[in-house]
Amino acid sequence: LDDLLQGFILEGFFSHCIMTQDELNFIVKLPCLLGSWFMVLICCFQVNTLSKQLSSEFTDIMNEIWANEAVKSAVLISSKPGSFIAGADLDMIEACKTSQEVAQLSQEGQKMLEKIEQSPKPVVAAISGSCLGGGLELAIACHYRIATKEKKTVLATPEVLLGLLPGAGGTQRLPKMVGLPAAFDIMLTGRNIRADRAKKMGLVDQLVDPLGPGVKSPEARTIEYLEEVAIDFARGLANRTVSAKRSKGLMQKLTDYAMAVPFVRQQVYKTVENKVRKQTKGLYPAPLKIIETVKAGLDQGHDAGYLAESQNFGQLAVTKESKALLGLYRGQVYCKKNKFGTPQQEVKTLAVLGAGLMGAGIAQVSVDKGLKTILKDTAQQGLDRGQQQVFKGLNSKVKKKSLTSFERDSILSNLTGQLDYKGFEKADMVIEAVFEDINIKHKVLKEVEAVIPAHCVFASNTSALPISQIAAVSKRPEKVIGMHYFSPVDRMQLLEIITTDKTSQDTAASAVAVGLKQGKIVIVVKDGPGFYTTRCLGPMLAEVVRVLQEGTDPKKIDAISTAFGFPVGAATLIDEVGVDVATHVAEDLGKAFGERFGGGSIELFKLMVEKGFLGRKAGKGFYIYQEGVKNRSVNSGMDEILARFKLPAKPEVCTDEDIQMRLVTRFVNEAAMCLQEGILSSPVEGDIGAVFGLGFPPCLGGPFRYVDSYGAKQLVDKLRKYEAVYGSQFTPCQLLLDYANNPSKKFHQ
Amino acid sequence: PTLLLTYVPKENNFPRSFFKLAGSLVNITSLLAVQPKSKKTLTKSGVKNIVVVEGVRIPFLQSGTSYADLMPHDLARAALQGLLNRTSVPREVVDYIVYGTVIQEVKTSNVAREAALGAGFSDKTPAHTVTMACISSNQAMTTGVGMIAAGQCDVVVAGGVELMSDVPIRHSRKMRKTMLTLNRAKTLGQKLSLLSKIRPDYFAPELPAVAEFSTSETMGHSADRLAAAFAVSRLEQDEYALRSHTLAKKAQDGGLLLDVVPFKVPGKDTVTKDNGIRPSSMEQMGKLKPAFVKPYGTVTAANSSFLTDGASAVLLMSEEKALAMGYKPKAYLRDFVYVSQDPKDQLLLGPTYATPKVLEKAGLTMADIDVFEFHEAFAGQILANLKAMDSDWFAQNYMGRKSKVGAPPLEKFNTWGGSLSLGHPFAATGCRLVMTTAHSLKKEGGQYGLVAACAAGGLPKCVLGP
Repeated sequence: LDDLLQGFILEGFFSHCIMTQDELNFIVKLPCLLGSWFMVLICCFQVNTLSKQLSSEFTDIMNEIWANEAVKSAVLISSKPGSFIAGADLDMIEACKTSQEVAQLSQEGQKMLEKIEQSPKPVVAAISGSCLGGGLELAIACHYRIATKEKKTVLATPEVLLGLLPGAGGTQRLPKMVGLPAAFDIMLTGRNIRADRAKKMGLVDQLVDPLGPGVKSPEARTIEYLEEVAIDFARGLANRTVSAKRSKGLMQKLTDYAMAVPFVRQQVYKTVENKVRKQTKGLYPAPLKIIETVKAGLDQGHDAGYLAESQNFGQLAVTKESKALLGLYRGQVYCKKNKFGTPQQEVKTLAVLGAGLMGAGIAQVSVDKGLKTILKDTAQQGLDRGQQQVFKGLNSKVKKKSLTSFERDSILSNLTGQLDYKGFEKADMVIEAVFEDINIKHKVLKEVEAVIPAHCVFASNTSALPISQIAAVSKRPEKVIGMHYFSPVDRMQLLEIITTDKTSQDTAASAVAVGLKQGKIVIVVKDGPGFYTTRCLGPMLAEVVRVLQEGTDPKKIDAISTAFGFPVGAATLIDEVGVDVATHVAEDLGKAFGERFGGGSIELFKLMVEKGFLGRKAGKGFYIYQEGVKNRSVNSGMDEILARFKLPAKPEVCTDEDIQMRLVTRFVNEAAMCLQEGILSSPVEGDIGAVFGLGFPPCLGGPFRYVDSYGAKQLVDKLRKYEAVYGSQFTPCQLLLDYANNPSKKFHQ
Repeated sequence: PTLLLTYVPKENNFPRSFFKLAGSLVNITSLLAVQPKSKKTLTKSGVKNIVVVEGVRIPFLQSGTSYADLMPHDLARAALQGLLNRTSVPREVVDYIVYGTVIQEVKTSNVAREAALGAGFSDKTPAHTVTMACISSNQAMTTGVGMIAAGQCDVVVAGGVELMSDVPIRHSRKMRKTMLTLNRAKTLGQKLSLLSKIRPDYFAPELPAVAEFSTSETMGHSADRLAAAFAVSRLEQDEYALRSHTLAKKAQDGGLLLDVVPFKVPGKDTVTKDNGIRPSSMEQMGKLKPAFVKPYGTVTAANSSFLTDGASAVLLMSEEKALAMGYKPKAYLRDFVYVSQDPKDQLLLGPTYATPKVLEKAGLTMADIDVFEFHEAFAGQILANLKAMDSDWFAQNYMGRKSKVGAPPLEKFNTWGGSLSLGHPFAATGCRLVMTTAHSLKKEGGQYGLVAACAAGGLPKCVLGP
């Protein structure tokens, strides 16, 4: 009878839904009609992005819900595993040509969600998986939110990371829902909020625990259970046994009360604005626009707020910053795929040689993904330090409550620390992270090859030693590959994989698979001195040294490089990398590339090393580093060294802007040369590598996107200008010249 | 809160969190049989037959009632004395004593020994204590079985005790550390400096774990999720709980609970029967709010086992010894299996996994079993296990079996009530299950009984008789 009734209702009242069902954007279901006069309509999304088509169909369905007397409430849920709605369709926004068009899109979204918000029939959002951007805006327009307490369930407004703002009422609803400070935090950081945290913030009303296996798979049953619970609440809301009003805690009541006072609000705006200005250096327009939009709504009322939101959304969508960030987002997605396919043998046991900072870091990001990992060192002391690093890294997650102590222990059981080669006969991959010395690398390669099985991949973590040179002593060069991690490994997202002419496709597939498993964004480049990332950094650092020699002090260099958008100042960067390492690399690259890598005097570095100014690790470099001291001071011991190598400054190329451009043009020119020489296989990987590995300003989207937006011709002009003063270090490469000569040529279409 | 009112006497003002504790340690399963009659015998060549001569328990009481002022070894002592009285076994014959307990009283960490000495057993009889959550006394019994089978002993007393009226509440770790360091401080100055470091948070007490250590989830919460995973409704759970109470009441009134021995509590009246059996009505049970998954869960105080004080003991012997001493064994302990699985999502599914294993091991089928005694931690947990046993999908995807084992028929299942109604003093439940099975087999004229229980940590087991 139930089925009959459902069929009848569907045919009679929901002709439209049957149609949409064919198009697979929605499935509309009517649960149990008998025994309850409250009919709950379930609207189940079959896609996970908000597109134009989806919104128009969705609006139609909502209209039918309101028109149909039998329906008393509705539940919105998704049938896409792993996501509720992961955001708006980015293609849809990118396809717009003008800011007006985008603003129009935003207004349509606003209207649709306002309709839900004002619906006399309660609408419940049942959230499992990512609820991001437009998805979150949809959820908060509903009257009630129920989320599964799973790791995959995250709520966030990542628009700011794409240079946008929440454009479908999010900027207006969030402050009312979670209070002004929390709303700013959510929107300005774009960070992921787990379900339990969201519940505490008041972003969701109920949590549903994920279920284990029953007579269906855990995933399927959990979604079904979520739907059942949501239906219960939808019924309760409709017959008023459940109230959508949530009781706010004392703190939130106080905050709300304070925020109602215009003066206090102004102070909050001011504080947040100052903080944003300081952090973005004015390079990112989106955060300020978010503040402006929230302000408009709270100070000038509903209409002004929504208008500001759509207008600002439109304006932001056409900025070059947004395009750059969007490019990075797409690049990231591209670099999260394994273009070499699935490796023949999955890596299950990994061995890491060298328990230093890098080795232990690699071990940490491996064990927590379930890889059995052997960490081998030659000395007990070094091994202890490395194991402690892994423990500390995981334990900090326990302290942040993203891991339980039990999970930490069980993850650590994947790690074996040892001094010998025991168990290497079962290793599927060995990553060596020993000292950067070709002789040591050769020694361990030979030792390892004597004990590993035939299928085992040998990967070298080196920042500059050519892989083919390392592979020269290998009996099986097709199994040798470079995996260049960045320090600190657990936080830096990039992995640069280097293939030689002899490296086999399967070896590459295996290395990429491991990198992706470790959660890395992977670029794959050809072998050569400095590969891609180190090579780009070389000329820039040489220029930094020259600028220092010309009398610009380290603080000033840091200030002008961060003003350009680098997250770390250029002088600080050298301290972080380590002056000895920088010297080593600079010498190697200088030998390989000659004059082009000149500029500053390498002798300056050598003297620093001699004096023990090795950078942060030694407590002294360009700066003095002391535990617990936040404002580090310039190392006065450097004065003498800098004086000794002093060069006359050339006033025609020494304005702040010129110094910035000298650093950046050398970087970009070298990147272009890597593409020209085939080290890089695509500009996308070049951009991703530069931004995620070297901190190239994200607002510029990477060297290649920067050439596109700055103009190849303009860039070549700058290079020529500096070439006239300093010579061949600034000679633009052929590829850049080609692009400069043909204005229609772009690296990114 | 309402739950507590229903199930805990008024004068009991236990902290509410203790209720969760009850939820945190419940599951057990085992199987047993009386002497072979018609069906095949399971005697194994070369292995001694091991028999249950007798078993007793003191009445199971809701915690905070008549046993509230006693210590665990007092309860255990009463059970052991009861066993001595009922069997008149000469104390010097007992070779060994094994006892189970879950929440340990630190003063009597080897509670087996303290209780045995106090109960008048010989001081020459060694005793040790085992712990394995809710199947601790099953572990005690199988330890005894192992000792007899290995030829170490002929006569073993096994049992279990739990006193939930009193649990060890500790100082915080910081405070303990300060106090221990204080012991070593020599000068007044050192002592004062240590004392000056004490902060208000040092005084926060540490309650016994109310949750599974590995997952931080309380047992009740896990049971609610399990019930949801198998789509067991609130109504089904309440109906099952009502059945348990109704059957227990019938058994109690009909004098079927033969294992109960009276206990004269010092300063109080003699306790003669379990006091948690309260057949209620569906309406009343329906009024209770969910106790763990709030506000929409299905596990309530009425469909969960409650915090209980109690102790039990059984006398195990090799068959030849029992016969030589002139005893008529009540049952043969034929086989047992311990299994364990995922402590998060399958914490309470032990019986499902263990039942087919022990049957296969013994060469029996479900149809051969005349009496099923399953530990009832939660009505939802029992019903989920029954559904799991009846699901081909579950058998294929999680148990690596071709097909389901099938659910036991309810007319043979926990027909004299269960932990939901009789109570569940964690470590004492195992012996109760075994004795109920033995008595039930005798009354029904059955041959094989199956006892199953699950325990915290996801370890259940099965014991199977003749």
